[in-house]
Amino acid sequence: MNKRLAAALILIVFAPASADAHLVQSGMGPIYDGISHFGLSPEDFLPVIALAFLAGLRGPLHARLTLATVTIAWLAGGILSLSGITWPAIFLPALTAVLFLLIGGLLASNAELPPALCMVLAVALGIVRGAGDMAGVTASPSHALALVGMTASVFVIFALAASVTLPLQRLWMIIAARVSGSWLAALGLLFAGWILRYGARVQ
Amino acid sequence: MRKATPLLLLLLALMPSEAFAHIVKGEAIGFVSGFEHPISGLDHIIAMVAVGLWGAQLGAPAIWLLPVTFPMVMAFGGFLGLIGVPLPGSEIAIALSGVCLGAAVLTEFRPPLWVAAVLVGTFGLFHGYAHGAELPPGQNALLYSIGFILATGLLHATGITIGLVHRWPWGQWALRGAGAAVMCGGMFFLWGAVA
Repeated sequence: MNKRLAAALILIVFAPASADAHLVQSGMGPIYDGISHFGLSPEDFLPVIALAFLAGLRGPLHARLTLATVTIAWLAGGILSLSGITWPAIFLPALTAVLFLLIGGLLASNAELPPALCMVLAVALGIVRGAGDMAGVTASPSHALALVGMTASVFVIFALAASVTLPLQRLWMIIAARVSGSWLAALGLLFAGWILRYGARVQ
Repeated sequence: MRKATPLLLLLLALMPSEAFAHIVKGEAIGFVSGFEHPISGLDHIIAMVAVGLWGAQLGAPAIWLLPVTFPMVMAFGGFLGLIGVPLPGSEIAIALSGVCLGAAVLTEFRPPLWVAAVLVGTFGLFHGYAHGAELPPGQNALLYSIGFILATGLLHATGITIGLVHRWPWGQWALRGAGAAVMCGGMFFLWGAVA
């Protein structure tokens, strides 16, 4: 695909719009609402990208297993919330902060992880964020389709991000990935502190 | 497509603050406020740029290790400030960071890597604490933090970019001059903090 066309399409899809709580109204149907929601939620795409970088740095096996796991876990987490489970107020944001810190720290240190541990991280991230995305949302066909859209976005963004780090040969790109991990860990620390002080306003 | 992918991912990560999905109506927009906070004080700016300058002087791996250390430890300091842990003397320590980091750049001080990391981390702790204690309520926590971390990282990157002139003889002198300027700025703020 032409690079400029691809860039333009992605920018159009993720162009900012006014947003209500929980689900974005893209006007293009529930699946695109879900896709837009993922693209407009830093608490979703940042850890996905970081986890993809981490798995990609470890190799194709890690990346493939983690890709499948995080996608399925995200779907499962969303289903849990849609099924009516109510989460305590700061539970999901607090876990999100912990995951930021954990994933970011592991990426910053370029830790040698076994595939199973990557998958455990993927399960944790998928369930927490999937549940957070659909928290407080009533079960309906449109919301289920939105969850499908979100999950598809997770799959695509993870695959793209992992593909960036998989073939890395240049040291400076590996360093850039590790620096991004340190930033994510820092973000998790600040977010955790904020939750403890003010309580969470982001689910 | 492969070359465009990192840029596209970066664009996604830098979405405008008006467009975020999880927000309760009435909350202030956080990203811009968070981005402005580290650059709201010259004492913070000169220290964070100096970290990048010093890292560039020291070369690899310090050139990327120091700017990694500073935000993480700074965030920990911010965490302490947010939860109310007392850390007295933060303003003096912030001013001292300008003096010490400026002196390090001026003299091309080359300690062992762990010493440099500890020094930078210590100052980062106090910088972060000051920010954390000042963070206002009514902000979107995550977007504020993203803006905050991004601004800090960009200041480091600015310092590193400037520090790349170190490869030339005239650049080495220019860097030392910049270090002197940072040190003077730190002394000015130290005077203000203790007077």
